[in-house]
Amino acid sequence: MNTAVEPVTGRIHSWDLSTGVDGPGTRFVLFLSGCPLRCLYCANPDTWHMRDGKRATVDEVMAEIAKYRAFISTAGGGVTLTGGEALLQPAFTAAVLRRCKELGLHTALDTSGFLGPRASDELLADTDLVLLDIKSFDVRTYRKLTGGGLSPTLNFATRLDRLGLPVWIRYVLVPGWTDDPASVDGLGAFLAGLGNVDRVDVLPFHKLGAHKYDALGVPFPLRDTPTPAPDLVERVREQFRHHGLRAY
Amino acid sequence: MTATMTGPRAATEAWRGFAGTHWRDHIDVRDFIQANYTPYVGDASFLAGPTERTLAVWGKVARLFPQERRRGILDVDPELPSTITSHRPGFIDRDRELIVGLQTDAPLKRAIMPNGGLRMVENGLKAYGYQADPFVTRVFSTYRKTHNDGVFDAYTPEMRAARKAGIITGLPDAYGRGRIIGDYRRVALYGTDRLVEAKQAERARLDARPSSPDVIRDREELAEQIRALGELTEMAASYGCDVSRPAATAHEAVQWLYLGFLAAVKEQNGAAMSLGRTSTFLDVYLQRDLDEGLIDETHAQELVDDFVIKLRIVRFLRTPEYDALFSGDPTWVTESIGGIGTDGRPLVTRTSFRFLQTLYNLGPAPEPNLTVLWSPRLPEGFKEFCAQASIDTSAIQYESDDLMRPRTGDDTAIACCVSAMAVGRQMQFFGARVNLAKALLYAINGGRDEMSGEQIAPEMPALTGEYLHYEELSAAYDRMLDWLAATYVNALNVIHYMHDKYAYERIEMALHDHPVHRFMACGIAGLSVAADSLSAVKYARVKVVRDETGLAVDYEVEGGFPAYGNNDDRADALAAHLVESFMAKVRKHPAHRDAEHTQSVLTITSNVVYGKHTGNTPDGRRAGAPFAPGANPMNGRDRHGVAASALSVAKLPYEQARDGISLTTTITPEGLGHDPAERAGHLVGILDAYMASGGFHMNVNVLDRATLEDAMEHPEKYPELTIRVSGYAVNFVRLTREQQLDVISRTFHGSL
Repeated sequence: MNTAVEPVTGRIHSWDLSTGVDGPGTRFVLFLSGCPLRCLYCANPDTWHMRDGKRATVDEVMAEIAKYRAFISTAGGGVTLTGGEALLQPAFTAAVLRRCKELGLHTALDTSGFLGPRASDELLADTDLVLLDIKSFDVRTYRKLTGGGLSPTLNFATRLDRLGLPVWIRYVLVPGWTDDPASVDGLGAFLAGLGNVDRVDVLPFHKLGAHKYDALGVPFPLRDTPTPAPDLVERVREQFRHHGLRAY
Repeated sequence: MTATMTGPRAATEAWRGFAGTHWRDHIDVRDFIQANYTPYVGDASFLAGPTERTLAVWGKVARLFPQERRRGILDVDPELPSTITSHRPGFIDRDRELIVGLQTDAPLKRAIMPNGGLRMVENGLKAYGYQADPFVTRVFSTYRKTHNDGVFDAYTPEMRAARKAGIITGLPDAYGRGRIIGDYRRVALYGTDRLVEAKQAERARLDARPSSPDVIRDREELAEQIRALGELTEMAASYGCDVSRPAATAHEAVQWLYLGFLAAVKEQNGAAMSLGRTSTFLDVYLQRDLDEGLIDETHAQELVDDFVIKLRIVRFLRTPEYDALFSGDPTWVTESIGGIGTDGRPLVTRTSFRFLQTLYNLGPAPEPNLTVLWSPRLPEGFKEFCAQASIDTSAIQYESDDLMRPRTGDDTAIACCVSAMAVGRQMQFFGARVNLAKALLYAINGGRDEMSGEQIAPEMPALTGEYLHYEELSAAYDRMLDWLAATYVNALNVIHYMHDKYAYERIEMALHDHPVHRFMACGIAGLSVAADSLSAVKYARVKVVRDETGLAVDYEVEGGFPAYGNNDDRADALAAHLVESFMAKVRKHPAHRDAEHTQSVLTITSNVVYGKHTGNTPDGRRAGAPFAPGANPMNGRDRHGVAASALSVAKLPYEQARDGISLTTTITPEGLGHDPAERAGHLVGILDAYMASGGFHMNVNVLDRATLEDAMEHPEKYPELTIRVSGYAVNFVRLTREQQLDVISRTFHGSL
């Protein structure tokens, strides 16, 4: 890819520094623009369209990351690529991951897995950790919730297991949508059968992105859906733990 | 349970088993610590919980807090101006207290100290429904001049105007300057007889010198110091303690040290009455008693707990306005813990842990102001414990040991919030701060105040263009800051001349070497507002709105600009340059008693009040809106998370702000990780990375916004809720509503 005359460019939404929630330690989190799914609970509708993102070259992104290299290394963190859907821009994502590895930084890829086939083995070789968002384990719910199919995600999960690439599962808990005990159990059983799942993060649905819908003039479909009660969150975590998984 | 503490014991017995030589023949506590302390690199598992006795004593005094909070003060003695020996002994629970001594004859009963200023005393009494005593009033208005009177005799009209307009603020001209740390450890290690001897020798060295004003003053001060040591001995004796001799046990060491500190807070109502760096010193004694089988861990912890109870109930009579400025009722009993020695050994001992353990044994509290001297090289077990205590209590602040050690040595303690001082060898003249944001508005308006329209600074050409031009503004600002620095340092010289003369800190200075190294601790507020305003003018277009008199009163910003707090060099360089340039200007003006100039970037909580007194600024901040505290980026303008924000602050050069650079962060628990077990490790990582990047100070709050909002509505549910604000900690429920809202509106670094 370095032989290309045109520098690799991508469309990025923003970047941020976070701790402990986008992979281990304090991390530089790069939000890429564009996503093939339209999850009803999406907190970042401003990242849906690639065209809304700012064009940036890999060099420009790396210059920003370089400013944090010492900090995130000392803090035991790294770089996380997320979005949107980072695999919507696989060449750009691969190039950034490669350059981060060259700097000796820990890398994480946060993805729905829906575009898993677009991740080359080389891209994954430069990825230390995948944060895999599994939106639902029920095929019909998955489609209603995201507009896409579930199987690419499960295939991607199996591929990551084959490659021995560590995975943190993210599971957004939405009352009435993803709290069905049987579905949670099914996912737990599936994940327990993989050998590469380090942990499952159960993320309580929140509505803090609602104002973004207002700003975009787009209706927020789950505006009236309640956030999950703490005991529901704990129940779902317990279900995952029951399958021998670390769940938070 | 009060142990017998009288009876002669030779120093040889008190010093049994101690190593080292130099400290025996010279007053040198650091040398003693280095020769005798036992570094501890383990974890917190050895610690003991509170005993029933501890909880009973603490419960007895804690039960008084609600009433105190309701009334403002619990009680005051309006008649007897406080001295070291003025009040009869007082107790919380005479039979059960291990460490004894109160400022007056009853817990939480405040004393008056009119030497600083009579008006402060009278207003304080009046505010809480007490009558000033006519005799006291007569004495201090007829026969005895106060510090406050002296200052106003010597202020120039310009100084008064600058003070009134709020461009120079918070000056210690009506109250005790504080920020002087006596080396209270000396009382325990040497006993007062030996300290008096050393002071007499210091005084004798002046005998041959010509009687110049400086030498005369030194002789008089040394005579006062010796007298104060005698009064300390007398006060201690009233509690049954013979501090004329060295402490012979851990119990005595804690008690002697505390009595030294108590003498200071009986005589000085200093803004900050910091304790120093005592935990590792005391550990030598506790470890010896443990080794000799005299005490066990539970008893060792009890001694520390009891000591900390006393430090938590230091009280001064102040006015409600003072409390509004500084939030709550702070005393800044700062204790510095941890750090690394110049020989590379960590100065962490088991007693470093024991001090932090008081946050669990007694519950969180703002005082003493627990300050960890942080280095990435600290033992992991200690780092984890500190971080966990921060997450659980939000009561700890962190300062970079690696920045301080090369400059002030490995026996440095923090005075107040962020001021580094070699204990017993250095002191400072506290200088509060100037308002850099207001000064920028003065530059635009040619020295007129943007709120009153009055000419405060000497008349200079105002900027008259429709838009502000960066070069023109910079030049005008530079001239304005020249004037400000001159007025400021000269006002401070007046204040400290008079403080030395009328309210000299006899006992604190008795616990310093002579001659002492002095700092003139200047300070700046409004740094982020000033930097962002300059950035707006430089990178966007800023149109000026003027009133009918031509006074610039508002600004319209066209376009975006980089803001300080995003690790963006364009804005951060403007902030760093302001720090450097103001320091250079301050240094041009000789300081009282040849003090070395320093400055802090610290506001305490007065960022709210400074903001209230500052008009609209070119960065788009509205008139009256609070400044960010200390060196913090403006609320909400740091958009990339805590690390980016911290790295901007870390670019401010410590060498040009040796009195400290304060950063207050608030992180939600989730912002440190979904898994609670990982959060302490993550916080350790952030602190390591911040300090390794050159950051100086970080206040760490781990709180939910919802908790704070609930505490505002239901204060009774949160009597202990402690939060860190700009260099110290406060009880959240004691803040004014305005300050509570300011805290809540501050950037929370969380993650969604």
